[in-house]
Amino acid sequence: MGGWGAGGLRALVRCQLLGLLALAVVAVGGLVIGALLLLPIGVGFRLLPPAAGALRGLSDRYRSWTARWTGTAISPPDPLAPYRSASERPRRRAAAVLGDEGFWHDLRWAWLEPWFGGLLVAVPLALVEYGAFGALVQPFIWRLIDDGNWYAFIPVRSTPTMLAALALGLAFIAAGVRLAPAVLGLHARWSRRLLSAARSTELARRVERLTDIRDESLDAQATELRRIERDLHDGAQARLVALGMTLDEATRLLDVDLDAARQLLLDVRETSARALQDLRDLVHGIQPPVLVDRGLGDAVRSLALDSFLDVHVEVRLPGRLPAAVESAAYFAISEALANAAKHSGAQEVRITLAHEDLAHEDLTHEDGARLRVTVTDDGRGGADLARGTGLRGVQRRLGTFDGSLALHSPLGGPTTVTLEIPCASSSPKTSSCSGTG
Amino acid sequence: MRVVLAEDLFLLRDGLMRTLREHGCEVIASVDNGPALLRALCEEDLDVAVVDIRLPPTHTDEGLQAALEARRTSPALPVLILSQYVDQLYAHELLAGGEGGIGYLLKDRVTHTGQFIDAVRTVAAGGTVMDPQVISKLLARSDARGRTGGLTPREHDVLKLMAEGRSNAAIAHTLHFSESAVAKHTASIFDKLRIEPSADDNRRVLAVLAYLKR
Repeated sequence: MGGWGAGGLRALVRCQLLGLLALAVVAVGGLVIGALLLLPIGVGFRLLPPAAGALRGLSDRYRSWTARWTGTAISPPDPLAPYRSASERPRRRAAAVLGDEGFWHDLRWAWLEPWFGGLLVAVPLALVEYGAFGALVQPFIWRLIDDGNWYAFIPVRSTPTMLAALALGLAFIAAGVRLAPAVLGLHARWSRRLLSAARSTELARRVERLTDIRDESLDAQATELRRIERDLHDGAQARLVALGMTLDEATRLLDVDLDAARQLLLDVRETSARALQDLRDLVHGIQPPVLVDRGLGDAVRSLALDSFLDVHVEVRLPGRLPAAVESAAYFAISEALANAAKHSGAQEVRITLAHEDLAHEDLTHEDGARLRVTVTDDGRGGADLARGTGLRGVQRRLGTFDGSLALHSPLGGPTTVTLEIPCASSSPKTSSCSGTG
Repeated sequence: MRVVLAEDLFLLRDGLMRTLREHGCEVIASVDNGPALLRALCEEDLDVAVVDIRLPPTHTDEGLQAALEARRTSPALPVLILSQYVDQLYAHELLAGGEGGIGYLLKDRVTHTGQFIDAVRTVAAGGTVMDPQVISKLLARSDARGRTGGLTPREHDVLKLMAEGRSNAAIAHTLHFSESAVAKHTASIFDKLRIEPSADDNRRVLAVLAYLKR
């Protein structure tokens, strides 16, 4: 009861704020229209840029409130051209404003918001205010007023009708408070429709980001290849050379010193075992076999068995995920687990893997499916991405997939690492072995 | 001893076949893919199967899947799994049934022919053989959790070899003890870790593994 009551009251206050701001929108919108009308006589050129700037300030305020209150993120349009210097010609600045798509979006919004947004937020406010009139004012004034006194559909002429009016008033207040959060949500969706950056702007931004990510991932790939080359060169390759040399020596000694030859051959076996181990480690670092064989769920279970901590794994995945996503998630989880073991002093770790299909439209991704992983330990907390944990690198790597990594680690714990990677799941991998012979 | 061999790489299959024959084993079937292996496991009258974990057609863990599948219908069917990698998860799965006749070794162990053939024989006789790498990891974990704290370094070594599935004689040989010294150490280990001692070799291995896995 108290829960929705407090939430409802907060939403009501916010509706009131939005209502007041709608007045400012009317005023500033009027200013912009005035500036536009004054363009033909030249004064408009000087008035337009500051008026457009003020309007943008207001729309930015709406965006940030909407994001803060309802969690509905609205992508802002590109900022208006900044005021560079007094010597810049006003005509040029005004032209820049007129050519700005975001400006026209703002203007359209300024025209519509007072009518629709303003009226929308007025509904719960009106309910509460009229309710307050019934519940708080009617009981005192009905005696003073004669027959013409009505409250809604109740003619307030006697104590019973006054009580009915009071009850109805309270009901109106409750309805208003109850309605406010829903209205706020509706308003957020309406604002998002009007205030989001144009599709083309969003796409341009996405292209820019993807270009950055592509460059980064190409760099990372090249670095990785160099590392593999070096590991092979210094490891298995060197051992194979040594092996050949030892074999040569052993062959030479066969006729001379049989015992020495035998010893050398035993060395050869030892070296070949080491070369194999080098290769094994290298391959494991590129792609752990269990991940290839079984997918992310079992690979994480395998990590859990390797860990010195008590690791509980909960997997809710429909089937295999794209190989690159599986690999990125695996190494991210491995890093998080290693951090928990090294720094947190934790005893227990819980890992959950889930594939979520977000139903609501998400403008940044074509479909809302994503892999969501949480790694929670019961350690002392206080971990910080900025303080050189490997998680920074993981965060960068996940960026390649439009993924994200968040670290929540209050002092005293618990620490939770949350990763999200957008991806569709493929159908479960069918093992041809499952067909019984 | 009648052996079914599953290995898709010709070079290795050939080498393994030669090694097995040299040590008196009869290779009654050699297959190179998962479905054929499953058929052989179900139909052949075998003493032991030596199986590469990665087989066509998927080149993932076909060999393991076939072995687990076959052991669901005939639980103690002796299978020795060979792999380029050992994974704790696979070791757990192989041991989950609590039945003997199971082995899990790195492929390179076949270069120590004597130990490899010992492992094949142990598995064929219903014993359990685990790769030293599997056991090292299990032990390191138990050590880190303070579950093997009371053991002397000697006893620790004996515990490791015991968990790998070695007999007292083999442990004595490896550590240069007498067999009676090994018996004394094992008794002390069981006492300290409160594991029920067992005269049966395989029970002993399984009990030790169960303790380490906890």
